[in-house]
Amino acid sequence: MNNFVILPILIPLMTGIILIFVNKYTKAARGISLISTILTVIVSLLLVNHVYQNGIQTLNLGDWDAPFGIVLVADMLAALLVTAGSIVVLACILYSFKNIGKERESFFYYAAVQFLMVGVLGAFLTGDLFNLFVFFEVMLMSSYVLIVHGGTKPQLRESIKYILVNVISSALFVIGVAYLYAVTGTVNMADLSAKISELGQPGLVTVISILFLVVFGLKGAIFPLFFWLPGSYHAPPTPITALFGALLTKVGVYSIIRTFTIIFYNDTGFTHTLIGILAGLTIVVGVIGAVSYWDVKKIIIYNILTAVGVILVGVATLTPTALTGSIYYLIHDMIIKAALFLLVGAMIVITGTSNLKKMGGLIKHHPYLGWMFFIATISLAGIPPFSGFIGKLLIVKGSLANEHYMLVAAILISSLLVLYSVMKIFINGFWGEAKLRKEEEKGSTKGLLLPITLLLSLSIALGFGAEWFYPYISQAAQVLTDPSIYVQAVLKE
Amino acid sequence: MEILMAIVIGILFTAATYMMLSKSLIRVIIGTGLLSHGAHLLLLTMGGLKQGAAPILVEGTKAYVDPLPQALILTAIVISFGVTSFILVLAYRSYQELGTDNMDKLRGNDSDE
Repeated sequence: MNNFVILPILIPLMTGIILIFVNKYTKAARGISLISTILTVIVSLLLVNHVYQNGIQTLNLGDWDAPFGIVLVADMLAALLVTAGSIVVLACILYSFKNIGKERESFFYYAAVQFLMVGVLGAFLTGDLFNLFVFFEVMLMSSYVLIVHGGTKPQLRESIKYILVNVISSALFVIGVAYLYAVTGTVNMADLSAKISELGQPGLVTVISILFLVVFGLKGAIFPLFFWLPGSYHAPPTPITALFGALLTKVGVYSIIRTFTIIFYNDTGFTHTLIGILAGLTIVVGVIGAVSYWDVKKIIIYNILTAVGVILVGVATLTPTALTGSIYYLIHDMIIKAALFLLVGAMIVITGTSNLKKMGGLIKHHPYLGWMFFIATISLAGIPPFSGFIGKLLIVKGSLANEHYMLVAAILISSLLVLYSVMKIFINGFWGEAKLRKEEEKGSTKGLLLPITLLLSLSIALGFGAEWFYPYISQAAQVLTDPSIYVQAVLKE
Repeated sequence: MEILMAIVIGILFTAATYMMLSKSLIRVIIGTGLLSHGAHLLLLTMGGLKQGAAPILVEGTKAYVDPLPQALILTAIVISFGVTSFILVLAYRSYQELGTDNMDKLRGNDSDE
């Protein structure tokens, strides 16, 4: 029992409610959301420390014991993702101050961002399947508001598709919960885990697990359920795309990791092979898209797919090494994707276009931006001292131990193509002849570089300080490889 | 009883799928309505349809129906209400802005704008 666990949900929730009242006072809204987000980051760091020292923290809401009430569970994975998520939100809010524009700001923009944060952090922390559905809906509802916010034509068009896809996947989620409730009679994750391993996962449960894979795959954009993502993420302004790219798909991936390591782990022969195949195809589709486009935003969007695939390879192999790699890569990818979207957004601010062929020679006037982009690029591809390397290394190592050679090949070749796709942006956008003179630029990057620097320095620290981060991440992976730790912490048998 | 419900829910899902694959946006939205009806009925059916009193504590009652699915359904209903009203307003707005409710004409990538 620890009330600390609920604070990362409660702080943004209260802030969101307050922001509804101060909506018209933009400066106050900025200040309040900035302060509360910093507070959330601090609280989640304290939570990580607390979990590190005292093991899994649970909170039975309303003092009802575990399977009967709703329980919030902060294990190391949830705590780390809460921290990474709130840092990403902090950077995106800082970026929004300069980038989102007055009109959007005065129509509940910051409130919607806070509610999005409530949904995401709640989804990370909950220990109850139906509560996870509710937090998904909180997150999705705020994302609907954000994706259509401003109401330009492409936004309207794409948000219709985005909402329809998510309405369908939410209905499937309810159906999945209904089936699972009929089989087990519970919706608490730890209790589900205990009951299903008692049953020894009969065929019916495997069918339900695939239904959940479809649901979370639709949220997390795995092959062949990614079709909505490229269009939808292209439409909204940069900070919103950065929030979506860093958080929303990762919640789907987190849910897949959670359900397939804690609940459905008894019949790995079928389910985890399927995840492996889908992960491999997701990587392939992602790199094909990333290589083929000349639109800077689209290139980064397709890189999301590749990253999702790489993370799921670790889940498919289900060895401690690979799972550690997956968690490492998940955290790295949340931070670096947000940074890349913000960097690309800065390029769009300067040039006024997202077409790479109309850019060139930006490094002449923006050397800092250029070299930051370069570091983000090699970090994304996984060049040794940077943070993308360790995650991929561990995943490759774990997959090799399990003899998944095809998946290893896919990861390694995809790294090369990912590097090519982002290096294409660097070479064409920053090098070459300058297409714009200093005075012709469409906007200034003043204030935009601070949040990017924040994220990039964190990413660099994650790479260079891997030794220091490793105990936290291996503790997170430990729970995933041995679900009985989780079950015991929640049910207190 | 459960079998009858399963068949009815199956028909609802079929109708929903058919509606959602059509061209007109309003038919698609009707499809999502049918889909959520189906999901909610499924939740009720899967909780069990045994005989029993309504889940209100009254002395002398031996058996109650399962209260949990009802609470879950109530939650799911208000959520789908919220989403449906949002999407209806969005459809109205996009009809005003884009001048069509044909899903085929909403195709295309945004790089052309």
